[in-house]
Amino acid sequence: MILSFVEHAGGSPEEPSLEALTLARELATATDAPLEVVAFGTEASALGDTLRAYGVETVHRVADDRLDTYAPEAWAESVAQLLDATDPEAVVAPGTDRGQEVLAHVGAKCDLPMAANCLDVELSEVYELSRQRWGGSLVEHARLDSDTKLLTAAPHEFSPETAVEAADTSVQPFEPTLDESAFRVSVDRVEESDESGVSLGEARVVVGGGRGIGGPEDYDKLETLADSLSGTVGASRAAVNEGWRPHDDQIGQTGTKISPDLYVACGISGAVQHMVGCKGADNILAVNTDPEAAIMQKADYAVVGDLHEVVPELNNALADER
Amino acid sequence: MSSNTLPAEAKTVIIGGGIVGNSLAYHLARMGREDIAIVDKGPLPDPGGSTGHASNFLMPVEHSKEMTHLTQRSIEQYKDMDTFNNSGGIEVARTDDRVEELKRRVQSAKAWGEPAELLTPEEVEDLVPYVNTDLIKAGFYSTGAGTCDPLRAGEVMRARADEYTNGGLHVSPNTEVLDLHVENGSIQAVETDRGTVTADEVVIAAGLWSPKIAEMAGVDIPLTPAVHQMVSVGPISFFEDYEGEISFPVVRDMDTQMYERQHGNDLEVGSYQHRPILWDVEDIPSIDEAPLSPTQPPLTDDAFEQSMADALEIVPELLDDPEAGIRHEIDGLLSQTPDGGPLLGPLQDVDGLWSCAAVWIKEAPAIGEAVAQWMTRGWSDIDLHGADVNRFYEYGNSRSFVKDRASEGFQKIYDIVHPAEQYQSARELRTSPFYEKQADLDAEFYEAAGWERPQWYESNSDLLDRYEDELAELQRPNEWDSRWWSPIILAEHLHTREHVSMIGDMGFSIFDFRGSDVVDYLERMAVGRVDVDVGKTVYTPILAENGGFVSDLTIARLGPEHYRVITGSAAGGSDRAWFGDHIPDDADVMMIDRSESLCTLGVWGPNARDMVDSVTEEDMSHDAFEPYTAQKITVGEVDAWAMRLSYIGEQGWEIYAPMGQGRRLWDVLWEAGQDHNVRPAGMGVYGTTGRLEKGYRLFGHELELDYNPAEAGLTFHGVKDADFIGKEAYAEAIDEENTATLCTLSVDDHAPEGGEHRFMLGNEPVLDQNGDVLVDDEGRRSYVTSAGTGPSVGKHLLMAYLPQSHAEEGQSLQVEYMGQQYPVTVEVAGSRPLFDPENDRIRS
Amino acid sequence: MDTVACIKRVPDTGAKLTLTDDEQHIDTSHLGFTISPHEECAIEEAIQVADDHDGTATVLSLGPADAEEQLRTGLAMTADEATLLETDGKEWRPRETAAALADALSGDSGTDPEFDLCLFGNESADVANHQVGVRVAERLDLPFVAGVTGLTIDDGTVVVERDVTGGTEVYELDLPAAVGVKEGLNQPRYASMRAKMQARKQSIERQDPVASEFEGRIEKVRLEAPESTEGAAEVLGEGPDAVPAVVDLLRDDLEVI
Repeated sequence: MILSFVEHAGGSPEEPSLEALTLARELATATDAPLEVVAFGTEASALGDTLRAYGVETVHRVADDRLDTYAPEAWAESVAQLLDATDPEAVVAPGTDRGQEVLAHVGAKCDLPMAANCLDVELSEVYELSRQRWGGSLVEHARLDSDTKLLTAAPHEFSPETAVEAADTSVQPFEPTLDESAFRVSVDRVEESDESGVSLGEARVVVGGGRGIGGPEDYDKLETLADSLSGTVGASRAAVNEGWRPHDDQIGQTGTKISPDLYVACGISGAVQHMVGCKGADNILAVNTDPEAAIMQKADYAVVGDLHEVVPELNNALADER
Repeated sequence: MSSNTLPAEAKTVIIGGGIVGNSLAYHLARMGREDIAIVDKGPLPDPGGSTGHASNFLMPVEHSKEMTHLTQRSIEQYKDMDTFNNSGGIEVARTDDRVEELKRRVQSAKAWGEPAELLTPEEVEDLVPYVNTDLIKAGFYSTGAGTCDPLRAGEVMRARADEYTNGGLHVSPNTEVLDLHVENGSIQAVETDRGTVTADEVVIAAGLWSPKIAEMAGVDIPLTPAVHQMVSVGPISFFEDYEGEISFPVVRDMDTQMYERQHGNDLEVGSYQHRPILWDVEDIPSIDEAPLSPTQPPLTDDAFEQSMADALEIVPELLDDPEAGIRHEIDGLLSQTPDGGPLLGPLQDVDGLWSCAAVWIKEAPAIGEAVAQWMTRGWSDIDLHGADVNRFYEYGNSRSFVKDRASEGFQKIYDIVHPAEQYQSARELRTSPFYEKQADLDAEFYEAAGWERPQWYESNSDLLDRYEDELAELQRPNEWDSRWWSPIILAEHLHTREHVSMIGDMGFSIFDFRGSDVVDYLERMAVGRVDVDVGKTVYTPILAENGGFVSDLTIARLGPEHYRVITGSAAGGSDRAWFGDHIPDDADVMMIDRSESLCTLGVWGPNARDMVDSVTEEDMSHDAFEPYTAQKITVGEVDAWAMRLSYIGEQGWEIYAPMGQGRRLWDVLWEAGQDHNVRPAGMGVYGTTGRLEKGYRLFGHELELDYNPAEAGLTFHGVKDADFIGKEAYAEAIDEENTATLCTLSVDDHAPEGGEHRFMLGNEPVLDQNGDVLVDDEGRRSYVTSAGTGPSVGKHLLMAYLPQSHAEEGQSLQVEYMGQQYPVTVEVAGSRPLFDPENDRIRS
Repeated sequence: MDTVACIKRVPDTGAKLTLTDDEQHIDTSHLGFTISPHEECAIEEAIQVADDHDGTATVLSLGPADAEEQLRTGLAMTADEATLLETDGKEWRPRETAAALADALSGDSGTDPEFDLCLFGNESADVANHQVGVRVAERLDLPFVAGVTGLTIDDGTVVVERDVTGGTEVYELDLPAAVGVKEGLNQPRYASMRAKMQARKQSIERQDPVASEFEGRIEKVRLEAPESTEGAAEVLGEGPDAVPAVVDLLRDDLEVI
């Protein structure tokens, strides 16, 4: 049996879990083994309706009201007990914070090795798998030999696919025996994100301006853009050297290093000094007149154009979005 | 500007999009090149070379006139592009020796025309309040110094180049050069990963990758990547109140070989004190592989330890700012050459291929301009001979030589370097057949273009007693004045004038020219008439089109279609390139380099004829062998060839023989000389004492592109009928009254304020009685071009170009040396020899 | 209270990774080494917490002798002590690493941890196994939360935050505890020049870790550097015409609107 860990919101499975499930089904199909799912929370009962299409035969709904709230150790202990009860060939979890965390706990509790962020698995006597290293820049080919194989699926590497034949899914409660101590770590509360007034280094969105801005007054456009994205404005060394922005606003090797979800680089050529400071950005959107500028090699997205035309237009569009 | 459209052809391809390549493109465009392509493997504006991590400050004052003028001109250009911050710069002295050196800096500043002054520690503190003045004894303040933005300057230059060419500038970043195509000794095309560009001329401006590119064409650019450690510390609260990049002078802590400079709210701390860390160009990672940039590998921590201690000592308040940390730390890679100078000019084995490498940010705009002048019209306003890439030709290109010299040279950056200081590494590279004999005589060897040449002989120390009285006033009590010098030189000189000496080998560069068009060709090259009788020799200037000096040398006619050109060792590489480049494609002229196959031995002095005649088969009498002629002679068993002339103004010959027979030549003459009181004499006599007494000019000192032959006093040839390069300017210079004239001066008093007698070494400014530097009507400042003692005239002699108003014999002037002014007198205005003015000795 | 940050020496790489000929390692012959960004935050937090609560901060690493360099970076950031579990440079698997770290962390008694808060990077920059922290916590019976981007000490507990879509999960853990932290938790300080100099002279405790044997294993066969997809940005358009595409991107893909 291949067991897949599915996260869900109110009974509908999360995308990364469906990706993991796709990998799990490949394994199940290859070994002609049944595909089963473990899921938490009362609302997991509803999963059967969706997961039929994915060829899931059984959904093990962990039946303990205390588990409606995420509690990594208790969740992992439950999976460990399910492993004892069902002895799956492999457990596949999504490569999310929770997926990695729960499966790592399972590995520790059951003394099993775990392969994180897998890309592909080939079956022979052992699992010949490939997994991501260096955030995906490298692939490790590895051999996993273990009673139960613990795998997480690398995010965004599998497209969720339904099975050729839908299964007749049954949802079965699984009742773990859990000490109160297993609940020592659990989500106490969830707070709304508040991004106002965050520092450059901690901002989730940063809008940066370089020499292409042309002067201190033109930073207003960037301020407006940053405001509508709940972000903060920064500047390149060139702009700071010109005296257009205070030193504190400098992004770069000798300034602040930023690690936002999005960095919008406007009129910034992309000198090494600057790029080192925004290495931590998950996504870079560059607005620059020169398609050959260094920033274009490093950015994920680009608009080729004059920021003085593009940014105001974008500000208008974002105002309309509200 | 068309971006990233690599053309199929271009008149000029510049490889490298750093400050140098951009500067070249701009100036070439300004000078009329219409079709230029820049290719670089990296992105723009920072393609990943040294331009991207330079500290960007320009301190214009150096002891080299050309480098100072190049930096001054670069500052003008950066200013014009609005990319210069005039912060000023201060070099501080922690030691007494350095205080003296700073005085010498002021002296050079005056000589080259750059404002500068000495500061007390208190004055330093006023300007840079964060310097720990307890440690320092003085400061040298260069008010014109400042910082630039070379990346921005590059953008401006590309934009201007594009305007000048009406869109004819093609910029292709992210384009890697894979090969250079050479056919029949000429550059044809540049092959890249984005296609091949055919080109008439290609310039390698690829910084520390230049050797790799040159190798693609089978030629050498001798440089190695070397580490310069640099860190940046911030944010420093002290700087918070100051807007912009820099509000305080850059500080160079010379004795620790470090600098500290504000950059925004950071302090950049750079060091040249660490051990030399050289890289192999092949080991430099690609742009994609490098975490920062290819030329910014991580800091080698252990090498930087002492630098940190020194920096904390000199600027403790800033570096101990509780908020500040090391935000950036690199082993910055830059180009280091065997002698620290740039590598410029045509690479002589491939027509159309140029080098413009090993250039600092502070010189790049001006060097781009000068090389562009060189490329478009054949000479540059600022003389680049000292930076000619060909100066290492055929001896100094090996990896091992480059690494040894680069290591040694790295340690001279910021160090106090004596003008006569010799390299210690990679020595005994080129030795003449006389070498062992000279070593046996305790020769003190100096090096010139790799050749080992005796400067003086310790075995002659007994002559000091013999000439004690003559030398009494000429001894040098000061350590600096007498460093790399010996009074034995003066004693050898006096012996030579009294008896006879053997001087050899001079390390000449020797080129033979043969062919049916050789007369026309050489006639076009030289100022002097070369269509002379076989056996005659002609000493002649070689000029550029503007009438400035390219070289001065001797041409001997060996046969109707056979000439021999003999030139100095240092100029050999560039002369070879100049002569080679000017042979017309369709002319029947063959150039054969004989520098490594012939040795030279000079025998000069009143006893020379008797001594040589005793061992030659030929009649060496005055009538049989006239002055300024050449003949084949047999010396003992050795088939030789001799010219009767003398750079020290004595009777005698320069005798040339095959290297293989050189030792025998020495032995035969040495043995013969025993009956004639012969002594060995060194280059100290040949190059300085004898020469200065005779007023002979030395290329690179008196003779350079800044001055014309009339000013140098070398118009004795008149204007010949035949056309030659520079004829028009030369004729004009003769017709016009001189703006300046080269004069010989003597020092009147070596201790006007009492105390130690001091002796100038060269490059000192010449002042009027008011203490103002003499400046001629073309704005050229007077300075000492050569300095040396003339034992036979009993005076310390100086040469200098003086404005016409002051070029009068008997004029009293002053020379500033180490912060002190000394009275001097003009002895000779023009080229008349001070000693033996009628040349009776040569003609005897 | 005492803190410890567990760190790892990793190559400081550029966009493109080059492998050794045997495909077992990254070619580091001309690269420097560094600490994973997450772990820099772990050190910073360890120092801040120790400073604020009158304790000592220790940096601990399992790795080759050269990992001393990274420990010195920690000391230069003003961590108080450093311990190196010195290996022969071979790559240790997560279970072995966790066992060795747990041994070292449990101190002389073998059971009670010698610190109050143990910080890990969420995952290492290089192998990214996502599990060493969890396994150490399990071995030492410590509460553990991964993905931490906010942390405060509050009267015997540590309150940690983890970003989730649209909000932040808050956990309260009794001390002693362990956490896996992520970049963004804090701004790691830059070492001052004086601290860096002093750190070069500080002593580092060295221990010989034991490589435990485990049933079942994962073994590296070889590494592969896939064709890089980097090199050019996805161009959304030219000039103001690109704005609708930008809005779509911000709203649908990046979810920042």
